[in-house]
Amino acid sequence: MEFDQVPQEGNRTHAGLRKALYARDAQGRIVTAPSQGWEVEEIVTLQAVDALRQQAEEARARVVAGTASPLEYWMYAQRMDLALLAQASGLWRWRVRRHLRPAVFSRLTPALLARYADALGLTVDQLTRLP
Amino acid sequence: MNAALPTSAKASVAFQHRHAAHCESGAISTLVSHAGLPLSEAMAFGLSGALAFAYLPFVKLQGLPLIAYRMPPRAIIRGLAKPLGLKLSFETFRRPEAGQARLDQLLDAGEVVGLQTSVFWLSYFPEDMRFHFNGHNLLVIGREGDDYLISDPVFETPQRCSRADLARARFAKGLLAPKGLLYRVLGVERDGVDPQAVLAAIRRTARAMLAPVPIVGVRAIGLLAKRIAALDPQAPASAAFVGHVVRMQEEIGTGGAGFRFLYAAFLQEAAELCDKPLLAEFSARLLTIGDHWRVFALRAARMLKGREVFDPAALAVLLREQAEREAAFFRDLRGAL
Repeated sequence: MEFDQVPQEGNRTHAGLRKALYARDAQGRIVTAPSQGWEVEEIVTLQAVDALRQQAEEARARVVAGTASPLEYWMYAQRMDLALLAQASGLWRWRVRRHLRPAVFSRLTPALLARYADALGLTVDQLTRLP
Repeated sequence: MNAALPTSAKASVAFQHRHAAHCESGAISTLVSHAGLPLSEAMAFGLSGALAFAYLPFVKLQGLPLIAYRMPPRAIIRGLAKPLGLKLSFETFRRPEAGQARLDQLLDAGEVVGLQTSVFWLSYFPEDMRFHFNGHNLLVIGREGDDYLISDPVFETPQRCSRADLARARFAKGLLAPKGLLYRVLGVERDGVDPQAVLAAIRRTARAMLAPVPIVGVRAIGLLAKRIAALDPQAPASAAFVGHVVRMQEEIGTGGAGFRFLYAAFLQEAAELCDKPLLAEFSARLLTIGDHWRVFALRAARMLKGREVFDPAALAVLLREQAEREAAFFRDLRGAL
């Protein structure tokens, strides 16, 4: 890549952050150039972010409909999935899966709630409701 | 003879933040430079033999396979120990409190400390870049009240991070869990980069890229091409897969060319250091290969955006060409040394 081709299109997922890219300058040296971002990167990052947001919104609808616990909403809202939440909380996957059911979730002990809250970076109060 | 600098001498050198293309090569090259041996990011990347390609369908990130454009985390740091005669210290912790206390102790003694962290819990990252990726590297250069002062190689200027957030980032669980890893350069035995070590590193990388294994090196690029060619253009999961491939290259990689430009910078530096002008030609050739990776990413993004018909087979053709280009490149590079 030549220095003057370093993308400066802007990338809203970067929120103003400039990345360093390596490119060849006029003297033929390969040096770092701060880039405002490339649209390609914005497209694929937003695709991933939107997929996660959609999962969270679908979970929110299920919580409202009474078929899922707030834990499922928060799992996706914090960009995790079942495997990651199980690892982060140190619980078996099948247990986490059970806790995604509203009836089971409502009977969780304070200790388990605190464990999930900690893994998700929330307070117990936040964890038990939708935002 | 060990010419390691004592801690007090290190502390008297003002720390110089550097903006880098990649977190690990950026963090370790800055750390080594701070310890008294000037080292560019590109040299750290090339000398450790970090350039690679791997397609690991059995390692899943949010349900999608891992596609890596470089060696696994920590390979750059560890790979520099021998050629530079680095004395490195790695510490991990079972309890976050112990990890925090140790970090504070080192900072209060004036040390600069490297950390492996998750990206998600680093609050200074832009919201849309915060994913659960545990292989991030940064340097902590001091603390002020309840904040840590952070030299994150991916950022142009030093950042601040609260105590609670940094603790979470250091002790995140999951794939590549950092376990509070902190690392330091205790001393540097050499006063410069050895040209023989550079040539050996290039040979090693060429050999790895040409490895007769389907999931690493140029063959893995071919395998990925095959996988993409087999995608059903109608299925929504296909677009997610292609987007993921490009994101691994652009977002998790160094942007544009999945580390090819960085390695080209290394080859250019190596040409001068080893007095082998031929390497400069390889550097230019690799820049062109990097540009082709950009073409692939652009084509894929246009398809995902609906500006062009979604045609996985066409993308597979581009990838296959890339595999051939890189195979020829590394064969020639190996032959030239």
